Amino acid sequence: MTQDQLNFVFIGITFALYIVIAIRSRASSTKEYYTAGGGVSPLANGLATAADWMSAATFISMAGTVAISGYDGARFLMGWTGGFVLLTVLMVPYLRKFGKATVPDFIGDRYYSKLARAVAVVCAIFICMTYIMGQMRGVGVVFSQLFGISISAGVIVGAAIVFFYAGLGGMKGITYTQVAQYCVMSFAYTIPAVFIAMALTGNVIPQVGLIGNYTAGGAEAVPFLEKLNNINTELGFKEYTSGKLSTLNMFCITAALMCGTAGLPHVIVRFFTVKDVKSVRKSACWTLLFIAVIYLTAPTIGAFSRVNLIEKLHNTPYTEAPSWLQEFESTGQMAWVDKNGDGKIQYFGPGKSEAGSNSVFQGKKPNYPEITAPDQQKVGIHGERLLANKADDSNPNELWFGTDIMVMANPSMAGLPMWVIALLMAGCIAAALSTAAGLLLVLSTSISHDLMKNIIKPDLSDKEEVMYARIASFASLAVAAFFGINPPSAFIAKTVAFAFGLAASSFFPTLLMGIFSKRVNKPGAIAGMISGISFTLGYILYFQFWGGTPDQYLFGITPEGIGCLGMLLNFIVTFIVSAVTPAPPQSVQDMVESIHIPSGAGDASH
Amino acid sequence: MEPNNPHRYRRACLNLVLSLLAVWFFVSLGCGVLFREWLDANAPNVGTAPFGFWMAQQGSIICFVLILVVYAWRMNSLDRKFGYSEED
Repeated sequence: MTQDQLNFVFIGITFALYIVIAIRSRASSTKEYYTAGGGVSPLANGLATAADWMSAATFISMAGTVAISGYDGARFLMGWTGGFVLLTVLMVPYLRKFGKATVPDFIGDRYYSKLARAVAVVCAIFICMTYIMGQMRGVGVVFSQLFGISISAGVIVGAAIVFFYAGLGGMKGITYTQVAQYCVMSFAYTIPAVFIAMALTGNVIPQVGLIGNYTAGGAEAVPFLEKLNNINTELGFKEYTSGKLSTLNMFCITAALMCGTAGLPHVIVRFFTVKDVKSVRKSACWTLLFIAVIYLTAPTIGAFSRVNLIEKLHNTPYTEAPSWLQEFESTGQMAWVDKNGDGKIQYFGPGKSEAGSNSVFQGKKPNYPEITAPDQQKVGIHGERLLANKADDSNPNELWFGTDIMVMANPSMAGLPMWVIALLMAGCIAAALSTAAGLLLVLSTSISHDLMKNIIKPDLSDKEEVMYARIASFASLAVAAFFGINPPSAFIAKTVAFAFGLAASSFFPTLLMGIFSKRVNKPGAIAGMISGISFTLGYILYFQFWGGTPDQYLFGITPEGIGCLGMLLNFIVTFIVSAVTPAPPQSVQDMVESIHIPSGAGDASH
Repeated sequence: MEPNNPHRYRRACLNLVLSLLAVWFFVSLGCGVLFREWLDANAPNVGTAPFGFWMAQQGSIICFVLILVVYAWRMNSLDRKFGYSEED
């Protein structure tokens, strides 16, 4: 059986499984549709939330980011797991006690204002959209690999599948499907890592291998990370364990990711599916444990695949390079430009040139000659795929690859059996589907329930509400697919980091103060949310789209980390405006008092 | 049992949450970011990995799981102590 056939068999089997589960646990009421009826066990909810959490960005891009940036990649590892701790101890139990199913509901009631609710809805839509964009890109990468098509075509195929899939079962269906998806994902992620750890370090457990010795090739054992540092510095990269972000920037990005996580609407909603506050806490423990399994493996995959990539390709003649190189070339995710004409692949870092860059070609991404162009413009003398871009001759680096392929290419690089690669494909798709479905549900609910029903048209019938939800999910998928094809940033993880920055600067402070302060009032919250999100969004847009240059960065903070400042701004504005305007009414103060008492949470209502 | 003393209950919860968050900050943003270089140079290696680097990529995540386990266990026992437990 060929690799392609095996991939389809694995994906086919897992899909059949998801669909059977989704149909068997189909929602029978609107309450089940939104919150699964509130009767899911903590363990099952933990598994489902973990699957929701582990998006395509985590699954595909995170290990790749760690591989490229070494220590710096820890911002995602710590940011996303650390944020979950904040979410669990500061937000979820209180929101669960409050008992409304959406975040804009809480903000609307706590700040007794339709305007606050409207601002919250707009923020939720922005955040979910940015997040789904990253997912669509991930789906595109997987499908392009699977069918050997371009990423753009992959995004469109993926969008179609997600659309049909998300409409299937509502929250209840999604929850039980996600349990299955987590299992597929965790096997798909850890099994390749185990194989590679054995090959490179002789340890079965990848986490032990990372801190162990490099033993491959029968050479003398050296500490694995030291080996990696040496490889990196020899080629002109920074030391793997040092990274190149400034401490302040690293701090800001990590903090923005953490706080953004705590403000993510689609994760908060998850905890409405269990029955009481006690189960919420248990469920959170399970969730983080399951997340940790994958997050502790990601840095090992990153480090191992970096060694593999360099050992396999650097100074290897193109004609002798492994076949996966050509596969990735054909989908436009790797490119080789033979600058010195020696027929060998050279891979170098920015340290090897005076220009301080290691870009292979001019321009941001590879462009290819038209299909109609003559063959000598498309295929080079060694059989490589030629680019339309001009080579960048200021540095000797000849190898370009997208970080997103690291996880996908990893098993092929290590020469693992075909079924491992097929399993990985199925895992990638599970990751993208589970998160996209969860997000689409929240997004369409935000639009149909919070925006249409509660603000614009209160006399909306149930039937119309569902119709608006359908239209909303279709429209948002279309927008997400568009940005998946034209991503605002090269890496999935970076795109998603923007979503977290926006959440950190809008929801996190408003929710936190709404829960813990009785004094914070309507004008304060609205002013805070607007100033926080517009500051952050403006900064991101300015530097990603409107041509801002790195020397204009505020305190050297990149757009990924600016959510941290936006959040402080939100806190300060909210605090000052609240202090000079009247306190909220007594009923609201009583409500704040009551959400701190855990008993009598009852069922989540909508 | 100290049933239904909301103020003392809230204060106990807040103390627990704040102390756990202090640990949370120290292991992640502290050891993993702010003091990383110092720890890499001065603290003993974990296996063959520099300490700060290991904290950032592995150690902090392990600590997070432990923090949540402690949180669930302590909060549930506070609920019982103050009579807010619902299991019966």
